[in-house]
Amino acid sequence: MSVDNHLLLAQTQKITPPSIEYSSLSPLLIVFAVALLGVLVDAFASRSARRVIQPVLAGGGFIAALVAVAVLHGRRAVLAAGAVAIDAPTLFMQGTILVFALLSVLLVAERQLDSSGGAIVASAAITPGSKGSTAQRVSADMQTEAYPLMVFSVTGMMLFVASNNLLVMFVALEILSLPLYLLAGLARRRRLLSQEAAMKYFLLGAFSSAFFLYGVAFAYGFAGSVELGKIADAVGTVGKNDIYIYLSVALIGVGLFFKIGAAPFHSWTPDVYQGSPTPVTAFMAAGTKVAAFGALLRVFYVAFGGLRWDWRPVLWAVAILTMVVGAVLALTQRDIKRMLAYSAIAHAGFLLVGLAGTNTDGLRGSMFYLVTYGFTTIAAFAVVSLVRTSDGEASDLSQWRGLGRTSPLLAGTFSFLLLALAGIPLTSGFTGKFAVFQAAIEGHATPLVVVALVCSAIAAFFYVRVIVLMFFSDPLAQGPVVVTRPTLTFAAAGVGTVATLVLGVAPQPLLDLANTAASSGFVR
Amino acid sequence: MNTVPWLTILLLVPAVGALVVACLPRRLGTLAKQLTLGITLAVLVLAVLATVAYDPKRAGFQFHQSYDWISTFGIHYSVGADGISLVLMLLAALLVPVVVLASWDEADGGDTADGTSAGPGGAAAAGGPGGPGGPGGPGGPGGSAALAGTGGEAVGGGGTAVLVAAPPAVPPAAVPPAATVSAQGVQARSRRSVPAFFALLLALETGMIGVFAATDVFLFYVFFEAMLIPMYFLIGSYGPVKEQAQRSYAAVKFLIYSLFGGLLMLAAVIGLYVVSAQHLDHGTFDFATLRQLDITPGVQKLLFLGFFVAFAIKAPLFPFHTWLPDAGAQAPTGGAVLLVGVLDKVGTFGLIRYCIPLFPDAADYFAPMVLGLAVVGIFYGALLAIGQRDMKRLVSYTSLAHFGFIALGIFAFTSQAGTGAVLYMVNHGLSTGLLFLVVGFLVTRRGTRDVGAYGGLAKVTPVLAGVFLIAGLSSLALPGTNSFVSEFLVLVGTFTVNKPLAIVATCGIVLAAIYVLYLYQRTMTGPVTRAENRALPDLGLREKLVVAPLVALIIGLGVYPKPIIDIIRPSVTATYADIGKSDPAPTHPVAAHPAAQPGGHS
Repeated sequence: MSVDNHLLLAQTQKITPPSIEYSSLSPLLIVFAVALLGVLVDAFASRSARRVIQPVLAGGGFIAALVAVAVLHGRRAVLAAGAVAIDAPTLFMQGTILVFALLSVLLVAERQLDSSGGAIVASAAITPGSKGSTAQRVSADMQTEAYPLMVFSVTGMMLFVASNNLLVMFVALEILSLPLYLLAGLARRRRLLSQEAAMKYFLLGAFSSAFFLYGVAFAYGFAGSVELGKIADAVGTVGKNDIYIYLSVALIGVGLFFKIGAAPFHSWTPDVYQGSPTPVTAFMAAGTKVAAFGALLRVFYVAFGGLRWDWRPVLWAVAILTMVVGAVLALTQRDIKRMLAYSAIAHAGFLLVGLAGTNTDGLRGSMFYLVTYGFTTIAAFAVVSLVRTSDGEASDLSQWRGLGRTSPLLAGTFSFLLLALAGIPLTSGFTGKFAVFQAAIEGHATPLVVVALVCSAIAAFFYVRVIVLMFFSDPLAQGPVVVTRPTLTFAAAGVGTVATLVLGVAPQPLLDLANTAASSGFVR
Repeated sequence: MNTVPWLTILLLVPAVGALVVACLPRRLGTLAKQLTLGITLAVLVLAVLATVAYDPKRAGFQFHQSYDWISTFGIHYSVGADGISLVLMLLAALLVPVVVLASWDEADGGDTADGTSAGPGGAAAAGGPGGPGGPGGPGGPGGSAALAGTGGEAVGGGGTAVLVAAPPAVPPAAVPPAATVSAQGVQARSRRSVPAFFALLLALETGMIGVFAATDVFLFYVFFEAMLIPMYFLIGSYGPVKEQAQRSYAAVKFLIYSLFGGLLMLAAVIGLYVVSAQHLDHGTFDFATLRQLDITPGVQKLLFLGFFVAFAIKAPLFPFHTWLPDAGAQAPTGGAVLLVGVLDKVGTFGLIRYCIPLFPDAADYFAPMVLGLAVVGIFYGALLAIGQRDMKRLVSYTSLAHFGFIALGIFAFTSQAGTGAVLYMVNHGLSTGLLFLVVGFLVTRRGTRDVGAYGGLAKVTPVLAGVFLIAGLSSLALPGTNSFVSEFLVLVGTFTVNKPLAIVATCGIVLAAIYVLYLYQRTMTGPVTRAENRALPDLGLREKLVVAPLVALIIGLGVYPKPIIDIIRPSVTATYADIGKSDPAPTHPVAAHPAAQPGGHS
């Protein structure tokens, strides 16, 4: 008994609490603290005060975290007992996520678009179609919980790209996803569509999380650890039962491909993009993509890097399928948000092409592409939210007829953004595409690039179709109204558009940043 | 020696001009026109000065400038001119002011200049169904276009009315007599922004000069693609008012075709970069460095095809041409002139500048295919042209035949044929440009492109008919006109290396005579067949100013092409010498050496 006791004592003594370097985790901690603070504000502040305090708090938190990220640059360490990796790619993506989150807060905080104010519903719990539902359409309130939810989601995203451990990554995945499921259901108009989106996103998301978790289990079974570095070491050793690691790669892949919206795991994207409040859609489209790609890059480069000859063919197949599905199905869309959703799928495919290069250039290209795509897509959704009818946003494409004649500035901006998404030179979209395609050809994935270019041509067709509609058609008699008051949405759209132009004309500074981050590589 | 950065200035002037003009409010349409004309004339003067400063005897690129742009990918802003690109820049710089003057009234539809009473307003009037009453009521100071603001527009959404501010005041006399213009047409017309049209023209000029000036393959690609956007809007927004569906279709077809070709080229451009990275320690896009690379033939073939398809779509060569007739017919006259006159030359320019020096083995390998396509194009284009009833489509198809000749000259690999081909590019820009302009004047007067609507116009509009004939004769390469020199050089140069092909191609000239003379006969000769043609006005002062320089150059270069040939020839010879192609020795001692000024024969 005493021996037993001694053994127990020895064991408990062996477990030393991990030293946590709080300074390196400061961006994460700041955002997390702001999220908790947001919950408190929502509990105690008055209704009208919340609508001012919450966005300021969230925005301030993001800026503070951004400063922390900037201060941390050059840091390179595995922290918290191997759970979190802070390295140049992590910091690059955390910074990117924070910038996009900041722009999205501007969109969420918008109150000028509608007579009632805001894209977020006043009270999400009221049944659509009931008496209260019609009343709340014009209510000046909003569900201010949206802000803390967004901040929580950002916390998850930042942890997702930093996690060095599959279990932490799973936790981060859930932290980032659960608030998004809720946010998707908060649209003020078209409540049923919004709730359907939330439900669909939740069910499919939960399903994909389960896949991910199952994959983690197999990885543990194979390597005896969930740490990425140890899995990588185990992959290098001979004599293990390889079937487990293959299963693990496949299942983890499913979870991550779902998050980036790659085919055949993309079916949630159009519905969720369409049903969610547009600011949330913008946030999801830009932020989630960065986070999920960050995690995907880390898992496939670090943990499964040794298996690249095994997963490359699968990645090729997924990339080709994603690009084709995105580009072809976008052709048939009548709703502008759905069209942008399919465009997001196609872009996920282009990003996978960069990943298929499996080299440093691919890492650099993907990171650069994520930034360019995020700015453009946030600006595009911001512009979409400006075109309105009495029934909310005029998201049906036919309502955009002749907008180039009635609102040339808005239509011109949107055309520019569409051309950027199509990848026309002198826009950031082209530079981004160039960066990933160059990496892919460098990595001997030339056939993939040819497919990608053909898909770009197909995709260009539906972008151009919108421009045709806006500029070459006559306006409708009862056309939508374009909000022309200078608002927060203008600011977000402006920042996104300017970034799209600048990154197209002078991308060198950002490329340098991405290059430094990529060449220093992931820490293990 | 050349310290003046000519090319950068040539690029900056129209680029800044485009920005300035684009920022003008709509009501300052006249100012936009004057400003654009001034800017384009300044560009022309600069281009001529640059040509004077150019030293044809020196090999390689002159006025060369290079700065880092995106150093991660070894991309430079790097410009330079050799004989080939210089004459094409000159062509672009010449055609743009001509087009600006020709499009003076086209963008807004109000007649402001020279009192041709039936301007484009008449064009719409001819077919429009009954609309709001005549302009007599409101028409005091506003004129025809202002009608939109008072008549049709008052019904439309009030929110948009601000944007439909009446274009600058028009003399009341210019109001078309029978203004039964459809309300829809007027609405559409009045919303066409004049400054935007001219800003697009200036942006296009920037792109055209840039694409010829670039000596960095990436920069070339950027200009190549960026140039599409202004052209796309010119076709889609400023094409025929009544044919909204067709012009959208034509614009999209043009853009998608070009974009598709461009994207294939992008694959090849990136491929070239990666290959260069394998050969050197870092990748580069610098043309001079790339042409020194020794690429394996297999890779060359793939890269060649990437570039070739893009250029073949752009030029266009035979199987890739179907966008051209649509775009040519639906583009506004000015747009069509620039499209066929300069934009399409980018394709043939790309063949001789990039495809041949960068991939000599592949060029050799694919030459028979290209020559075959070229000859098919000569006949196919000519035959289709003969069958057209739409005059603009007809002219577009004649271009297809001409591009066949140019491609033939380029891929014959003799300095004579090559020089002829480059000269052909310039001459085709002049003659087809003039043809499009004259057809555009006709269409403006009558509002239809159908050949059958005309007949016997030589009696009504003798000057117009005369110019039409000169343009046509140049197009069929009559001796004494500019095209003869180039066509002759191409055929002679081809004959020395490939007799059957040259003989077959020569037969194509007969077809050219048919399509031109048949068109002229149907429209200009004989009695006046239609009553509405009896009162057509002849060319006004502005229109005469538009055609005068082109007519002068057509005749002038037909008689004395030496200055242009002197510029072109050394660069072409150097290009072919670089890939180890030298002219075959003449079998009969006719001329001592090919350098004996072939232009002198004409």
